[in-house]
Amino acid sequence: MMHTVLFIIFAVVCVAAAINLLAQRHPINSALSLIVVMGSLALLYLLLGAEFVAAVQIIIYAGAIMVLFVFTIMLLNAGEEELSKSSRVAIVFGVPAVAVIVAALAYILSRGAGTAALGDFIGGPKEIGRLLFRDFLLPFEVTSVLILIAIMGAVVLARREER
Amino acid sequence: MNPITNTDYVTILPELVLAAFGLIVMLVEPFVTKGGSRKPLGYLACLGALASLAATWYQAGSPYTQGFFKMVLVDHFSVFFHVVIALVLFVALLGSLDYVERQHIRAGEFYALMLFGAVGMDLMSSATELVLIFIALEISSISTYILAGMRRRVAISAEASLKYFLLGSFATGFFLYGVSLMFGATGTTSILAIGPQLHAGGFNPLVFAAVALMFVGLGFKIASAPFHVWTPDVYEGAPAPVVAFMSTAPKAAAFAVLLRVLFAAWTPGWFWPVWISAALSMTLGNIGALRQTNIKRMLAYSSIAHAGYLLVAFAASKAADTAGISAAIFYTAAYAAMNVGAFLVISHLAGEGERFVAIDDYAGLSRRQPAVAASLALLLLSLIGIPATGGFFAKFYVFSAALQANLVGLTILGLINSGIAAYYYLRVIVVMYMREHPAEHEHGHGAERITIPEGVALTLSVLATLYLGIMPNRVLQLAIEAAKDLLR
Repeated sequence: MMHTVLFIIFAVVCVAAAINLLAQRHPINSALSLIVVMGSLALLYLLLGAEFVAAVQIIIYAGAIMVLFVFTIMLLNAGEEELSKSSRVAIVFGVPAVAVIVAALAYILSRGAGTAALGDFIGGPKEIGRLLFRDFLLPFEVTSVLILIAIMGAVVLARREER
Repeated sequence: MNPITNTDYVTILPELVLAAFGLIVMLVEPFVTKGGSRKPLGYLACLGALASLAATWYQAGSPYTQGFFKMVLVDHFSVFFHVVIALVLFVALLGSLDYVERQHIRAGEFYALMLFGAVGMDLMSSATELVLIFIALEISSISTYILAGMRRRVAISAEASLKYFLLGSFATGFFLYGVSLMFGATGTTSILAIGPQLHAGGFNPLVFAAVALMFVGLGFKIASAPFHVWTPDVYEGAPAPVVAFMSTAPKAAAFAVLLRVLFAAWTPGWFWPVWISAALSMTLGNIGALRQTNIKRMLAYSSIAHAGYLLVAFAASKAADTAGISAAIFYTAAYAAMNVGAFLVISHLAGEGERFVAIDDYAGLSRRQPAVAASLALLLLSLIGIPATGGFFAKFYVFSAALQANLVGLTILGLINSGIAAYYYLRVIVVMYMREHPAEHEHGHGAERITIPEGVALTLSVLATLYLGIMPNRVLQLAIEAAKDLLR
């Protein structure tokens, strides 16, 4: 009972912060909403009994990545965004399409969730470590290529053209 | 004790080779004298492509090996796609050697990104784990986003890169959402384990949502309607050799992922999304191409239409029947051969800053450069699907598989669309052969001869198209083997 109440509270906070993120016009406000989203997600993980994942979520997402976000916004001195006139196509097709997709997903999730077995995986540091450095070693290592490409992309696209 | 053995490394050998060459290119780049030719880097990258081909050849000796705790699977299917990707990479690199110098593009990063991108594409076709597929998909996508924006002096190139990046990230989000729902429904992200789970678990509506969302994400990557809107703008702005590469290799890899996700796991609920997307892609692609005056945009719409024909083969696939799947695999190879060649001709003729990309700029090409005009004509005829070219057999196998599967409506729609398509491809041929260039002597356009690497690349592409059109049996046999391994 307690569990469900806590879940509903943090889920509502999470969704509300996510909507607020989109609605805010100043990037800093959006970034702060994102922290709330990350924080409430961490609490949801905690409710599932995954303490380690919750701690990592706070340290990496709400901590490190958000610092980078805020830092970038400050560096770029990004001001309030200007709203462009919303296109008619977006309203005529987009809004109903979003409504249909959300309704369909909600219907499906409410009917068919919660049957898969995860075995005895609880999400402790030991299990995650074993998964990351044994079963998922290849994806883990391949991520380095991904990061390398991202760095190269930043260098290539941001460097000033000579001549 | 080290649980990773040599067999594991062999399963990712082509990827290792490509990544190593990518790093070498990056490391050698600073040692090339300032202002000197960057072509040696390009040849090094070409060598990398050939080395990955050799590595794939080595892998083909022991097919159906799993590696890295069942993350990757080397089978006839992955070998087929590795070969296609390596050949496309080789030809596209050869075609970009002179282009890169002409357009003042930073050569070191350009070649390295092509090689690293191919790492992702290779992994996409051999991965059997959705998490690895996602990372490989991102490697392939991000490198193409950057490559699309490498014409730094041109605004439309930056526009192409940004548009591709924003829409592409959005599509990747859909794919990832689908993967997470699939995990929620089956408790696993391994494609080989999903199938048995699904059949044991019975009806679960979550799986339908997962398949639909993954199809959205992959549909964007293969540029099938209704997820195609980015294609013309990105193809127009991106450097022509990059378009040659990205309209074939990442697409082949994305088709490989789609084949694995849909058919190796035999997930339910894909038929109608694929059917609708196939019908829409063929129609919208061909109708869109009719109005284009820019040849890059025209071929962009044509690539949407071809994604549609390919999806017809998907729709024609049934359990324990390889006709549709092997037709799709054959089509990817044939499309890669002809489309790479067509874009190489564009890249050769575009001139500095890609000024000559209107169809009218091709007027009188048959007189100025008869060999190039003849090659382009042949490749365009192949894109129409005229007999004795690869495009003919590709379409033939697709539509005969569709008829076997009783998809009469889709087949008729496809045939009507092939008729419409003939109009805009033939228009280019007519302009090349029948019309005089009005200002031929003024700006001297088209006077520059085709260089040796460009010539070799174009010849390879033409030969591959002819080979697939005259002796398709060998490749078809390989495609059938690949399809059998996929369903195993």
